[in-house]
Amino acid sequence: MDLTNYKFSKDHEWVKIEDDIASVGVSDYAQKEMGDVVFIELPEKGSSFVKGDACSNIESVKAVNDIFSPLSGEVVDVNTTLEDTPENVNKDPYRSGWIYKIKFSDPAELTDLLDANQYEEYLKGI
Amino acid sequence: MNKLPELIFNISRKGKTGVSVSLNQFPDELIAINKKKLRNGIEDFPSLSEVETVRHFSNLARLNHSVDNGFYPLGSCTMKYNPKVNEKIAGIDNLSAHPYSPVDLVQGNLRIIKELEEWLIELTGMDSFTLTPSAGAHGEFTGMMIIRKYLTSLGDPRKIVLIPDSAHGTNPASAHFAGYDIREIPSNDEGIIDLEELKKHLDEDVAALMMTNPNTLGIFEKNIVEISKALHDNGSMLYMDGANMNAFLGIVRPGEIGADVIHLNLHKTFSTPHGGGGPGSGPIGVSKELSKFLPVPRITSEGGKLKVKYFTEEGIGRIKNYYGNFLVMVRALAYLMALGKENVSLVAEDAVLNANYIRKELEGHLDLPYKGKTLHEVVFSDSGLKVKTLDIAKRLLDYNIHPFTVYFPLIIHGAMMIEPTETESKETLDNFISVMKTILKEAEENPEYLKNSPHNTPVSRLDEVYAARKLILRWEKSEV
Repeated sequence: MDLTNYKFSKDHEWVKIEDDIASVGVSDYAQKEMGDVVFIELPEKGSSFVKGDACSNIESVKAVNDIFSPLSGEVVDVNTTLEDTPENVNKDPYRSGWIYKIKFSDPAELTDLLDANQYEEYLKGI
Repeated sequence: MNKLPELIFNISRKGKTGVSVSLNQFPDELIAINKKKLRNGIEDFPSLSEVETVRHFSNLARLNHSVDNGFYPLGSCTMKYNPKVNEKIAGIDNLSAHPYSPVDLVQGNLRIIKELEEWLIELTGMDSFTLTPSAGAHGEFTGMMIIRKYLTSLGDPRKIVLIPDSAHGTNPASAHFAGYDIREIPSNDEGIIDLEELKKHLDEDVAALMMTNPNTLGIFEKNIVEISKALHDNGSMLYMDGANMNAFLGIVRPGEIGADVIHLNLHKTFSTPHGGGGPGSGPIGVSKELSKFLPVPRITSEGGKLKVKYFTEEGIGRIKNYYGNFLVMVRALAYLMALGKENVSLVAEDAVLNANYIRKELEGHLDLPYKGKTLHEVVFSDSGLKVKTLDIAKRLLDYNIHPFTVYFPLIIHGAMMIEPTETESKETLDNFISVMKTILKEAEENPEYLKNSPHNTPVSRLDEVYAARKLILRWEKSEV
């Protein structure tokens, strides 16, 4: 899959930018490591997070994992379809597995994120 | 291995009955429930004879695996063997009393609480203890409230609690409930807290560090004295999670290495029931300057008589009704008294010896990500294997061994945390080691066989993902 428009955090979240809105999800590597996802606690629409805040969590058969917001801003949409089909995070992490959309407040934070190639390099070092 | 019994609904046949008591033989005034209110029966309630019912439930019960019928390497953190004498003593008639009994009538009960407090003070080197908290996390919360109250009394409760990435999951939850924000500290290559890294995080906002020692990798935090000094120089507190106290019971006294608050789990280290719902008990020990903030009730001694204080000027108040889980305390005291002061440290010595025996025998067969010395447990990884940790855990069931803790701590890939505890004999450990070696050979030669295990249990591999996603908790009659 073409990940040109995706950026990654070192905590394995991805973001995809459209204007001032960023969709957020977890990377393919993260979903594989977590194993089968059984439940996702979505952030509340309208809530605000600072970059690095634990804003949501994903429960897999192995453990509960925090999602750390890769950007600061206000949550404008959440993917409620994951309530019934959490497996989308495993099957299709970059598209239907998106978790929430955030109206980000500080575009400078984008420079801290890795592009797909840098992220791939980063994974090799883990 | 026993077969899975049929569902009771499937063996039910209309018209069968167990105990049949005819109400007609009793005069109405002897029947407590008004006859008109009695139901004529419950729809789909199974009909069986008495003996069929007994056999059904006995056969189900026989499928249980417990530490009483097999090796159970989940360790003290989950469950170690509880000597039966503790149960006998806790079962003595009239030992439990009504919590509102006048203190004059329950001097013996109060003495049990007081003596256990004294034991724990001596074992930990803390200044004073409360036995009130019901479990470990309740103790953590109580401890963090005490820290908050103490720091507030100095002028500022502060904002942040530091927690290492290898911590028990309850630590961040407890600190958060006590009103603190959490900051995670990464472990270093040795799997312990890096002193220099810690110092970078120490500022005037840091209320405390919550650490488990030995940590969840079974590694002793060897810089503990420097860590506590760095914290105290910064006006921050050291909270020690004592869930792994089994590793140095009677050998290290946390109060002497700088702990300001420590919780113990009577249901872990002190051999009282655990698992299956408890009740547990999570006593808190504090340093001298924090002791006035302990919750009530406090038991005091006045002129040879024990009294109960229900109010203290500066304490955090009540955290539970009454005194805590009294009969758990009875078991813990019985356990300690049976061991005797001079033998308590044997618990830790044998637990550490057993864990290291397993480590030595399996090292080289399994990846060991952190090579430093370990105490009461050892954590391997599934790196380099053709199967996953879960497959090995499932295969162990075929050999009548309960799997070890899997996938925790999270900092190890496919963690296998093995904690045999002090009670297991060399023969039991040798059997486990040989089973593990057999399984690892199978994993190499026939990984598919492991991926479909277990093979000899009443049910084969369960679809845990489906079960978690589509949770069904009660039986319903099938429509078909």
